[in-house]
Amino acid sequence: MLKYLLEKEFKQFFRNKALPKIAVVMPFMAILIFPLVANFEIKNINLTVVDNDKSTISRELTEKVRSGGYFRISEVADNYQEAMRGIELNTSDMILEIPAYFERDIVKEGTARLYIAANAVSGTKGGLGSAYLAGIVGDFNKNISTVLKDGAITISPRFWYNPRLLYTHFMVPALMVMVLAMVCGFLPALNIVGEKESGTIEQINVTPVKKLTFILSKLIPYWIIGFVVLTICFLAAWMAYGLVPVGSLATIYLFAALFVLSFSGFGLVISNYATTLQQAMFMMFFFLLTFIFMSGLYTPVANMPDWAQKLSIISPLKYIIIVLRQVYLKGSGFSELLTSFWMLSAFAVFFNGWAVLSYRKKS
Amino acid sequence: MNPVSKDNFTVTHALSCKNISRSYGKVKALGNISFDVEPGEIFGVIGPDGAGKSTLFRILTTLLLPDSGSASVEGFDVVSDYKKIRKIVGYMPGRFSLYQDLTVEENLRIFATLFNTTIEENYYLIKDIYSQIEPFKKRMAGALSGGMKQKLALSCALIHKPSILFLDEPTTGIDPVSRKELWEMLRKLKSQGITIIVSTPYMDEASLCDRIALIQNGEFLKIDTPKAIVESFGRRLISVKGDNMGLLLKRLREIPGVISCFAFGDSHHVTTERDGNSADSLTADSLRFALEKQGHTNIEITPVEANIEDCFMELIAR
Repeated sequence: MLKYLLEKEFKQFFRNKALPKIAVVMPFMAILIFPLVANFEIKNINLTVVDNDKSTISRELTEKVRSGGYFRISEVADNYQEAMRGIELNTSDMILEIPAYFERDIVKEGTARLYIAANAVSGTKGGLGSAYLAGIVGDFNKNISTVLKDGAITISPRFWYNPRLLYTHFMVPALMVMVLAMVCGFLPALNIVGEKESGTIEQINVTPVKKLTFILSKLIPYWIIGFVVLTICFLAAWMAYGLVPVGSLATIYLFAALFVLSFSGFGLVISNYATTLQQAMFMMFFFLLTFIFMSGLYTPVANMPDWAQKLSIISPLKYIIIVLRQVYLKGSGFSELLTSFWMLSAFAVFFNGWAVLSYRKKS
Repeated sequence: MNPVSKDNFTVTHALSCKNISRSYGKVKALGNISFDVEPGEIFGVIGPDGAGKSTLFRILTTLLLPDSGSASVEGFDVVSDYKKIRKIVGYMPGRFSLYQDLTVEENLRIFATLFNTTIEENYYLIKDIYSQIEPFKKRMAGALSGGMKQKLALSCALIHKPSILFLDEPTTGIDPVSRKELWEMLRKLKSQGITIIVSTPYMDEASLCDRIALIQNGEFLKIDTPKAIVESFGRRLISVKGDNMGLLLKRLREIPGVISCFAFGDSHHVTTERDGNSADSLTADSLRFALEKQGHTNIEITPVEANIEDCFMELIAR
């Protein structure tokens, strides 16, 4: 009987005009487009240089800033007021002012001052831009110092697991989770509510079909579709970025299965409370947005305020995102992911238990 | 299917309902409904929209729990034995509830499979109905006309050879020809020994049932055969026509001796005491005299036999 119900679900899925197409397009969107647009790296910052010194050192500094790749020197202004106008007109993001006698002060006194001003309307751009510029100046400073005295200590950082600090490598594994959550959490819940809204569930309810059979017939197709979509994500990430997991795919599939189990349970809870598709959609969006922002998808959980870090344990997405990032970038194995394993298992029990209880109460 | 009988009462009735009540929050949908249906009977539940018909059907088909009271279908309790009931009842909800994105044949096959049977096994039962829509069996159910949808729904409700069939407003919103056909089908199904419980807001369909219950505001006003209900109409009924029907209705209600007066098609139905001996008791003649005295013209007065609608109006007026 389950077999026949599954056949029905697949028929309805593939007969739907939009769903199969979206299921294919979504992983490509998520892997190929989203990481490029949701990117926190700042490039092409427009910089106005006010060089009051016009010395060799000031020209060297300007050249160094230009060659770093982050800055585009949009203007060379004669004074600070003129430079400010560029900021006001939005043609310039930052100002670097080199004071007069800059070279003389460095050579004679071993110290000199520089002024950096940033347009902080976009906080990230202003903050990161200043930091980059300060870094370049610091680097420059070190070069001069080593020229002046010997034996200065140089620091060379090594970035583990993502040596080139690629933002895409950080985002892509997490975006795969989003896709999985949409297909396996959203779709079956909406499907069940759809049957409620159209009244077809009544007709099913008067048949001897067991409720569990009926629900499985709703979940299994989306589990299968979810895993197909996840696999497409793996391929897309490999083709587009050469990104392959350092760890084993089996670990990822195992945790993905656990996550899917818990998240489809969450979908069932919603389908029990919603009587119309509109209600179900709204509830889903509300919780999905909460889960996403609490999950550390965009910003690391460690950056959040204390209370938010505590609150982030309610997001099942957090744990599966940790798993995907760890396995993809660090090659973690099962034993290093035990916290996520237990948390996801707890979510699976919690949501599915809630789904069963809330269903009983309603009938 | 023979029910396992626990006592005599379960054997004799196809359906038995005792003091069923159900409320939605503060709104009382059903209050103390009790009735029995005999095997092989066509039992009609007749009343206006919102009277509680669908709630009653949902309780009897185990989709809804009653707040109090008990009911059994073929001897099985609707609460504790709901699984057994689901095997033996056919239910056609008031709203079309089949899969619009599956074809006619796929819908039928799904319901056959869900009941562990096949279309072929019980084809003889639905042949008369299904053969009419079979030419369109590859068409999506959503693309069928209202009458054809109803035939498909009935086929799906019958495909597992239920011993008792619940039809919730099967004739609402379909054309007169399909309506007539549907009632003919119900007659045929009755001859196959299937008990049928049907609800309708149309009073004129009452005479097609073996017995009817008139329902209003969640309560049964009367349960009897249509004939007995009509005969029990204890008053004289007079049909009145004339110019200016609106004013006529108002005036008629003011005449002493008129118990009630309702617009009924193109005439007004006036009820008066049947054997009144008092001075103001009205007959057809005295009514004509009274109206002509008031200046009404073109008056046609005919004594008529009461029908179910008159009885229903009289019962709710009490």
